[in-house]
Amino acid sequence: MHPLLHAHHREQRALLAASLGLSPAAGPQLTRRVVLQGAGAVGLVIGFGWLAPDPAEAAALGAEGAATGPLAPNPFLRVGSDNLVTVICKHHEMGQGNTTGLASLVADELDADWSLVRTEYAPSDPTRYNNLNFGPMQGTGGSSAIANSYVQYRSAGAAARAMLVAAAAEAWKVPAAEIKASKSVLSHASGKRATYGEMALAASRQKMPDQPTLKTDAQFTLIGKDKATPRVDSVAKCNGTATYTIDVKLPGLLTAVIAFPPSFGAKLVSFDGADAKQVKGVTDVVQTPEGVAVVATGTWAALQGRRALKVQWDESASAQLDSDALLAQYRTQAEQPGASFAKPAATQGAPAPAVKTIDAVYEFPFLAHAAMEPMNCVAWLHDGMLETWSGHQFPTFDHKLAADAVGLPLDKVKLHTLVSGGSFGRRANVWSDFTVAAVNVAKAIGGRAPVRLQFSREDDTGAGLYRPMYVHAVKVGLDAKGGIAGWQHRIVGQSIMAGGPMAAMMKDGIDPTSVEGVAPTPYALPMMAGDLHSPALAVKPLWWRSVGNTHTAYVMETMMDELAAAAGKDPLAFRLALLDKSERAAGVLRLAAAKAGWGKPQKAGVAQGLAMHESFDSFVAQVAEVSLKNGKVKVERVVCAVDCGIAVNPDVIRAQMEGCIGFALGAMYYGEIEIKGGRAVQRNFDTYRSLRIQEMPRIEVYIVPSTAKPTGVGEPGVPPLAPAVANAIARLGGPRVRRLPLTRSGLVAT
Amino acid sequence: MPVSLNVNGQSREIDVDPATPLLWVLREDLGLTGTKYGCGIAQCGACTVHLDGEPLRSCSAPVRVAAGRKVTTIEGVSSRAAKAVQKAWVELDVVQCGYCQSGQIMSATALLEKKPKPSDVDIDHAMSGNICRCATYHRIRAAIHAASKQLSA
Repeated sequence: MHPLLHAHHREQRALLAASLGLSPAAGPQLTRRVVLQGAGAVGLVIGFGWLAPDPAEAAALGAEGAATGPLAPNPFLRVGSDNLVTVICKHHEMGQGNTTGLASLVADELDADWSLVRTEYAPSDPTRYNNLNFGPMQGTGGSSAIANSYVQYRSAGAAARAMLVAAAAEAWKVPAAEIKASKSVLSHASGKRATYGEMALAASRQKMPDQPTLKTDAQFTLIGKDKATPRVDSVAKCNGTATYTIDVKLPGLLTAVIAFPPSFGAKLVSFDGADAKQVKGVTDVVQTPEGVAVVATGTWAALQGRRALKVQWDESASAQLDSDALLAQYRTQAEQPGASFAKPAATQGAPAPAVKTIDAVYEFPFLAHAAMEPMNCVAWLHDGMLETWSGHQFPTFDHKLAADAVGLPLDKVKLHTLVSGGSFGRRANVWSDFTVAAVNVAKAIGGRAPVRLQFSREDDTGAGLYRPMYVHAVKVGLDAKGGIAGWQHRIVGQSIMAGGPMAAMMKDGIDPTSVEGVAPTPYALPMMAGDLHSPALAVKPLWWRSVGNTHTAYVMETMMDELAAAAGKDPLAFRLALLDKSERAAGVLRLAAAKAGWGKPQKAGVAQGLAMHESFDSFVAQVAEVSLKNGKVKVERVVCAVDCGIAVNPDVIRAQMEGCIGFALGAMYYGEIEIKGGRAVQRNFDTYRSLRIQEMPRIEVYIVPSTAKPTGVGEPGVPPLAPAVANAIARLGGPRVRRLPLTRSGLVAT
Repeated sequence: MPVSLNVNGQSREIDVDPATPLLWVLREDLGLTGTKYGCGIAQCGACTVHLDGEPLRSCSAPVRVAAGRKVTTIEGVSSRAAKAVQKAWVELDVVQCGYCQSGQIMSATALLEKKPKPSDVDIDHAMSGNICRCATYHRIRAAIHAASKQLSA
């Protein structure tokens, strides 16, 4: 979802809004006006002289009935008489720790006791809970959760704190300035003392401040303090009580699996469900737009029923689709100019002539997200309404498309957003495939019971929505002094945005997610000429953790090393010379290099490689220490430096860097979906392999101290890893790896 | 056909096809949803439970295999090693999405019950069957060492 992050233009937001049938939402600041507008659904708070809302009204604010008011001054928190603070999280938790982050923003400004803070997930509402970077859309992506919420959630906490202090001042007849608030307790030098819970009702009758005063950075007690806010979800995820979509329990809940088309573009000809219905527990065999659904009282029965189902498919349209043939086609296309995405800047005088040229073609496979929890959604049609339970990462899309599928207005559709067992982009899709498919099953059984649509692992891996295949053809010239004389960069691969509601974000036929990381780049490369081919395929494309940067960073950062070698320069020095104007990029490079001992002699058979990349407004450099023996690669250690502005939760940042490194290394080693005869070849973890514990390197993470506004950490740790490893392999005398995964370049991971 | 099980110390009789994988019986017949489905072919370890103290991939074990034996799930695991593992997991904030972590904790507990002071190689062997797509491996290893220390304290 990167491009939306940069979609600051009103025009583009309006286009997106129009495509969703929505009106543009309020601006980004939590001003009084916005709060009033945002709290419209609980008019009581605003409209009746600051009376406390009754508990039912307060509960309506939140998703799933945690502690209720009475102090609920805005859509983001409630302070209960039970002394609990409930933070309502507008973003989806898929492991990246944003629930903890959002809660800590509120808790710090509120001066709440962290052990008394609870969280719940917001209902679908693009007016109150929109991602401020996305415009009128609620959604999580582009590593933007903390970045867009930083002022909003702090302001929410500060407003509530001011009302609590004002209530105490009134009750104790002392000036507000004399009241101290700390760890959910209000106190005064006179000895007066009250918990937030005791003061909550009185506080709810106070006037909400127009502009709540925010703390200075020096006043923070939780933000930026290491280990001050441990994850709020650790305990439930360690004792089996965390509820994912697969765990939802409802009376009479049925489970459905779908016989999906076996190949991309296959059409259903006919089916015979007689044998499937003989399987004990199978209740229905129904056709849906997605395929043939087998509905049963349990998952195993549904799977057995599907096995017994006879389906005839017409695969004639898809039989020719073959990833090897496609790669050959892309390579041929890369010999012809495409649509321009970068033009050389007008220079004074002729550039120095190239004395050396490096010509390289890079090849990247399809990648599946393979989140641990295979896609799923519970849908229940009842009493003229639809309810869904899922890891709704893009609630605004899921809500609209679910409503359309069942023919109900938006206000008759209620989404319950649950934590998900990973996503890596898979649950953020503008087709809402898993939601819509579940709704279609619920509809096909006439709303007789709630139904969970469950993808098997094979369904999940074979469903498409992959990181597309890409080919890069790059030609770079070096002048006699080792400077870059010319840079021709051509990219071939599917556009993620074309053909869907995001197409409005494209300009002049260029999908920014296809080229991000090549253009823009923090390196000073005014000589770059870039062009792009965006072929369309029957396989749906999707963003995969760090989106375009998954391939662009690899090309840019391995090319930097090739150029440095050709110019006889140190890879670090070569990069720094091109980063005069990007101090943050240079800063992470210097920090990672210093901490890794860059340039110091290594053990025999071990070398370091480095890479740096900017993505989602964060900068990450990594030094990989790699051994190579008889074609066997082992990454021993990775030193990572990250500059993500103010480090809201340092331990979560470290965790994200660690996870990004392992995720990226697994993809580099093994990640590839091949397509033969229109079918995905790899369908489960036996063939679509993932990194395992014995392959995980030692990792050190260093965070650059910063006062800049916070930026993303969920994705930016991914892009530099593979090029850093590849650069080390080359320095060990191994091949310049230009085709991934590594096995495609004759190397084996150990 | 009725199958007799002992799950988390309780005797249970369930009328189920004995070929049904134990995973689905635990999750859907007994409501013990802490054990997760990840792959269905014993490749990812999200479904790991203990059968007489040994780690078992419940997605690929027919329920009849467990008849008359002791099944322990994340909801019932309570040995000293298990408590140490869960405590270390929370203290180090190992989890991210968390979906695989029941299985990770069950595998780590089984390891520590046998080898209270495991080496890194022991950890590799015991944990290599458990995939974590969030790649929390760095902390899993650290947490196992921390739990080990706690056990010998």
